[in-house]
Amino acid sequence: MPPLVEMKDIYKIYHMGDTEIHALDGISLTIEKGEFVAIVGQSGSGKSTCMNIIGCLDVPTRGTYRLNGKDISKYSDDELAMVRNKMLGFIFQQYNLLPKLTVEENVALPLLYGGYSDREQKIRAHAALKKVGLDSKAKNLPTQLSGGQQQRVSIARALAGDPSVILADEPTGALDSRTGREVMTFLRNLHKEGNTIVLITHDNSIAAQAKRIVRITDGRIVYDGPAEGDKIVAMQDRAGEDEA
Amino acid sequence: MGIGKCFTMALSSILSSKMRSFLTMLGIIIGIMAVIVLVSLMNGLTGQVTDTFQEMGTTSINVMVMDRSATRELEPDEAFEFVDENKDYISNVSPTVSTSAELKASGYDDTITASSATGVAETYAEMKQLNVTQGRFIQYIDVDREQRVCVIGTYEAQELFGGNAVGEQIKINGQLFKVVGVLEETEDSTSGSADDVVYIPYTTAAKMNGTSTISSYLFTAVDEDSVTTATALLEDLLLRKIGDEDYYTVTDMLSMIDSMTEMLDLMETILVAIAGISLLVGGIGIMNIMLVSVTERTREIGIRKSLGARQIHIMSQFVIEAGVISCIGGVIGIILGIIFSAIGGSLLDINAAPSVGAIAISFTISAGIGVAFGFLPAKKAAKLNPIDALRYD
Ligand SMILES: Nc1ncnc2c1ncn2[C@@H]1O[C@H](COP(=O)(O)OP(=O)(O)OP(=O)(O)O)[C@@H](O)[C@H]1O
Ligand SMILES: [Mg+2]
Repeated sequence: MPPLVEMKDIYKIYHMGDTEIHALDGISLTIEKGEFVAIVGQSGSGKSTCMNIIGCLDVPTRGTYRLNGKDISKYSDDELAMVRNKMLGFIFQQYNLLPKLTVEENVALPLLYGGYSDREQKIRAHAALKKVGLDSKAKNLPTQLSGGQQQRVSIARALAGDPSVILADEPTGALDSRTGREVMTFLRNLHKEGNTIVLITHDNSIAAQAKRIVRITDGRIVYDGPAEGDKIVAMQDRAGEDEA
Repeated sequence: MGIGKCFTMALSSILSSKMRSFLTMLGIIIGIMAVIVLVSLMNGLTGQVTDTFQEMGTTSINVMVMDRSATRELEPDEAFEFVDENKDYISNVSPTVSTSAELKASGYDDTITASSATGVAETYAEMKQLNVTQGRFIQYIDVDREQRVCVIGTYEAQELFGGNAVGEQIKINGQLFKVVGVLEETEDSTSGSADDVVYIPYTTAAKMNGTSTISSYLFTAVDEDSVTTATALLEDLLLRKIGDEDYYTVTDMLSMIDSMTEMLDLMETILVAIAGISLLVGGIGIMNIMLVSVTERTREIGIRKSLGARQIHIMSQFVIEAGVISCIGGVIGIILGIIFSAIGGSLLDINAAPSVGAIAISFTISAGIGVAFGFLPAKKAAKLNPIDALRYD
């Protein structure tokens, strides 16, 4: 069976006038089904760029990317949309819920585009909301919820379509540390249930909760291995335990 | 994704900014309303005009000779003879001699000015389908002897004699005439209506005018199909008699109705085209607002695309929204159009009910405008790159 995510020599180059910005400078990364990977690195190092490519929101300038064994570099806009719909679940730092839709409708959006019947959409959306403990808020608008609750709604939305990979770009970035931990607990539980999770963070104590750390500096991978092996994370982790 | 879902989405988006949606619709509302009102009024007017002409008889052919020197003329006897010779196409003729007339009932003080007293032959009543309710119409003997007799309409009968007029004397331009008949009431017996008429023998009228020549005739064709042939025959006769085409005219009522209708149709087309410009402006308004809306909702589009919305989903969302806006505008415009047509119709005293066809076409046009002018913004939205759209704020 091919790996879920297989990136080979990926470059992403932006042109700003005369200068080239190598947001990704030759990244090769393989993620197997059921992994919990944290991508860490300084601001501007290229984490989001990397995740957008994994998430089929963006295409690399050079290099091959196979998702579940299929090379998606030749895919059209619509084909990429279908891949995102069926295989990927996104959790954003800013939640990105649609303010005019109810919580339930927000969660059902990927199902709507996935062609599920109205009934099926309802059932699945409710199941996803139940998982994050918010089924009682189904009819509320997102603005009537706290930040932590909104992020849980967006997790429910990411889960609703039963994707192969859940991608979370700084999911705790906009939350205080307590609600942040709550969200991390959810992600860990999802991982235990067998979901594949890729998490971006620059908070090392959060990264330490992942099984595998990928550290990016200036568009290159400088470390890829277990959390204990990454010096900075390991140090932070110990400090975090001392605190607790 | 179901069409029903698209519509509810479009409706809730429209309702979430009512004022803006209304202003966007305004161009369409005004345009559709203007088209409906104009089409209805023009149709009513055309109907009215055609009716009026038809009342005058669709088989009528008027002949006018304008040679004032009277060296060449068409004499009444020649005209009657010509009818006899062409019985297959022409059924009848009557000279018509107009005189302006001041009427005075003899023995009463009332004076009224009728628009005209018309000199006609005994054939005229049958040709115009005039019915005499009291007395009789003008007869051959009256014409032959230049008798001072007249047949009057109910307006004159009532104004001058209070009803019963046969046998009374009437002064026309100072000369005494005997009333021999009163015509059936056809309208409402008011001044200027079809009941405000005075007929006298054409010979008497010509004498009163101080001429001996008759310059105007009314012919009737056997039926509507014979009008063209009859007209041609008359043209031929007159060319022989008068010699110069500039000195006479032959006008048949049918072609007059035709050219009148044609003119009114042209006018309608021009007016509707002008009203159509406001529809175009309305469409541009919709396009403008949709472009703004796409920009405002860039992030929403990004989110939807990241969750798997395809181009067709985003496209249909915006196209349907534009279509719904302009359909609502169209419906409001149609309703206002019907109301204003009714008001305008009753003011002008014509039947100006908009036709079902006009309403159906207006509705289709408004829907079409929405879809056509919503297409470009929708295309723009659908083509947005998800990552750029997500970053936008
Ligand atoms: N659309 C773009 N045009 C030009 N440069 C870009 C664009 N997107 C990203 N970059 C550049 O690419 C580099 C990597 O950006 P990226 O967003 O991946 O960083 P990051 O690691 O996610 O940072 P942060 O932790 O602050 O979110 C940065 O130097 C950024 O300026
Ligand atoms: Mg980032």
